[in-house]
Amino acid sequence: MINTMECAVDAQSLISISLRKIHNSRTQRGGIKLHKNLLVSYVLRNARQLYMSEKYAEIYRMQQYEEVMTVCNEIQELNPLDLAEDCMEQSGDCCGNGGGSEPASLCGALLPASHTAAQSAHIQTATACSAPLSLHAEEVCKEPDTSFYRSCCAEPYPVSNCDFSPANGMHCNKTTVLDLDTHVVTTVENGYLHQDCCAPLQQCCQGAQTPAKKRKVDFGYYVTEPEEVPDFTPCKRARFDDFSCLNSDQLDSSNISNLISIFGSGFTGLVSRQADFEQTLNGQFCSTQALASLGAWTRAIVAF
Amino acid sequence: MAGVGGGNDFQWCFSQVKGAIDEDVAEADIISTVEFNYSGDLLATGDKGGRVVIFQREQESKNRPHSRGEYNVYSTFQSHEPEFDYLKSLEIEEKINKIRWLPQQNAAHFLLSTNDKTIKLWKISERDKRAEGYNLKDEEGRLRGDPFRITSLRVPVLMPMDLMVEASPRRIFANAHTYHINSISVNSDHETYLSADDLRINLWHLEITDRSFNIVDIKPANMEELTEVITAAECHPHQCNVFVYSSSKGTIRLCDMRAAALCDRHTKFFEEPEDPSSRSFFSEIISSISDVKFSHSGRYMMTRDYLSVKVWDLNMENRPVETYQVHEYLRSKLCSLYENDCIFDKFECCWNGSDSAIMTGSYNNFFRMFDRSTRRDITLEASRESSKPRALLKPRKVCTGGKRKKDEISVDSLDFNKKILHTAWHPKENVIAVAATNNLSSLPDVSATLYLLAKPPLKNPPLKKMLGRR
Repeated sequence: MINTMECAVDAQSLISISLRKIHNSRTQRGGIKLHKNLLVSYVLRNARQLYMSEKYAEIYRMQQYEEVMTVCNEIQELNPLDLAEDCMEQSGDCCGNGGGSEPASLCGALLPASHTAAQSAHIQTATACSAPLSLHAEEVCKEPDTSFYRSCCAEPYPVSNCDFSPANGMHCNKTTVLDLDTHVVTTVENGYLHQDCCAPLQQCCQGAQTPAKKRKVDFGYYVTEPEEVPDFTPCKRARFDDFSCLNSDQLDSSNISNLISIFGSGFTGLVSRQADFEQTLNGQFCSTQALASLGAWTRAIVAF
Repeated sequence: MAGVGGGNDFQWCFSQVKGAIDEDVAEADIISTVEFNYSGDLLATGDKGGRVVIFQREQESKNRPHSRGEYNVYSTFQSHEPEFDYLKSLEIEEKINKIRWLPQQNAAHFLLSTNDKTIKLWKISERDKRAEGYNLKDEEGRLRGDPFRITSLRVPVLMPMDLMVEASPRRIFANAHTYHINSISVNSDHETYLSADDLRINLWHLEITDRSFNIVDIKPANMEELTEVITAAECHPHQCNVFVYSSSKGTIRLCDMRAAALCDRHTKFFEEPEDPSSRSFFSEIISSISDVKFSHSGRYMMTRDYLSVKVWDLNMENRPVETYQVHEYLRSKLCSLYENDCIFDKFECCWNGSDSAIMTGSYNNFFRMFDRSTRRDITLEASRESSKPRALLKPRKVCTGGKRKKDEISVDSLDFNKKILHTAWHPKENVIAVAATNNLSSLPDVSATLYLLAKPPLKNPPLKKMLGRR
């Protein structure tokens, strides 16, 4: 019997249902069914895309609101001229690899303000948009020695590899990790919002902690072939690519929305076809925290 | 049915019901494949327990006119046993995924049956004579006590005996598939056949078991880049160099084995562009093709995805020539169907002998038939309650919304545990075999014969019944 009232169509529950199916398929008789799990992963991807886009929209809305509030609080205290000078020095630094449209707009707001003589007037008469942006840039540029970028989310993120190319992109992947053995949920973040930040990569990467490695799942684990040389067991062919761990759980800690981070880069064939912000970061290394939980990950991968 | 038998509408009767009487169906009894042989005289079923049951049609007889054309158990044997792969710590299910008959070339019958990993060629032969009058052995086959007492020799003679049907495995084609086998198909050359798993298709020679040719391999170098799997494959009915395979993305590729040894590059690519307005979370799942069947003529092929059946002209790749909605009312229920796993059900479809009609199954033990020329369709139910012999089956209708009329069933009352996944149509006559959850119902047209097939219960091995049956 199907009752449409009870059907949960929201992305979060779909994600958890999908993960449960994948988890259950481990103990299914006859081995894991590749076809079914592939289809489930499609649903997972669709649900996650929707979930991510909703989250980003919410974050962006929140951030806009915060910036407006910040402006209102501080605009009376600051001397517009000082602000302009600061921005003159730092805007050049800050507006590094502006890739997306939003960084461009950020920098766009800063540069004209910094180069014109009558910038004070500009700033004073600036709309609420540009002033908070200037402030934002200033905040970012004030902390070049930290390994953190202040993203527009107003939360610190650990910086990833310095070898970013614009093509690689940086992105804020909020992923919640479910350990299939201990059933412990950890929310991790890596990178930062590509579109919102325009701080330079090289400069701010100095104190970078060793970037994290994200785990890729290889669906070949559970169906190994005689011609492929497995490791000590057929299942432990995990390739650890990028895995980041920050225990910031501001965004959504409690509930169920569990994305096994292996699916963050798993099925790159599915993911890369989308024009979304999920790209694998290669050649990065585990942080200590990541390494500590690697054992649990191995067990999770072994399942597959 | 319009088409064979001419002119009359969709009128069907129950003929026989074969199955367990009680409601408790053992998991192992669930029928997993149904297949008529080339003449239609034999009907083979495979079940989840690895058993194959073959039914034979009764010959016409003046003595028993009412049993003309009835299908009775002919042979039962255990085709596959559960196995365990110690290297991967995986259990290999004994469930029979597919049965395919070979064309008959002598008195014996041959069929291929497969589970997830191993294909077997079975020979089903009759024995109705035995030699009697051995010199050294007595009637029971025991050696005579004192061979030195024999003073004269005699030639044993063949005496008639009660019919015995024996099934023996003649070939075992093993260890060629890493992934789960979903299809087998006998080639029109009657020498080769293909087997398909999720990522590879192999070509076998029926005589050679220790090697096969891999003709399609869609496994990506990096498994993380996997985007689609093979879901079904079939050889062309007349051109022995042509075969098709369908994918989980809703595409069909036709390959010509003359073009290259490895048919990774297709000759034709059939895909209907997706309607962007109907995009949902489950678009990929419902577009996955669960079955592909060539028409008898070889001009068309039919594919079944979750909600529809499509008929393709082999000469037109960009869209199907006909699309039939099987249960469009389920489109709004996809989320629930995903939760209870029904969305992963793999329905089969089949053509009638003249390719004028097609049939496929649905839920609530409903099955649907579509007449291609008149575009009429009908929904019938295979259930015990309505299975009065020789009574016409009443067409069913699902009410999708609004006021429910009398005799209609609302979508929410459908029983999604009762599903018809496997159906088969007699190659020449209007006789169909429909496998419901635990029953096997064979339904012909009124103008033809009336059948009801029942799957024999497990505790009563039909082995006893088939001896002496003629």
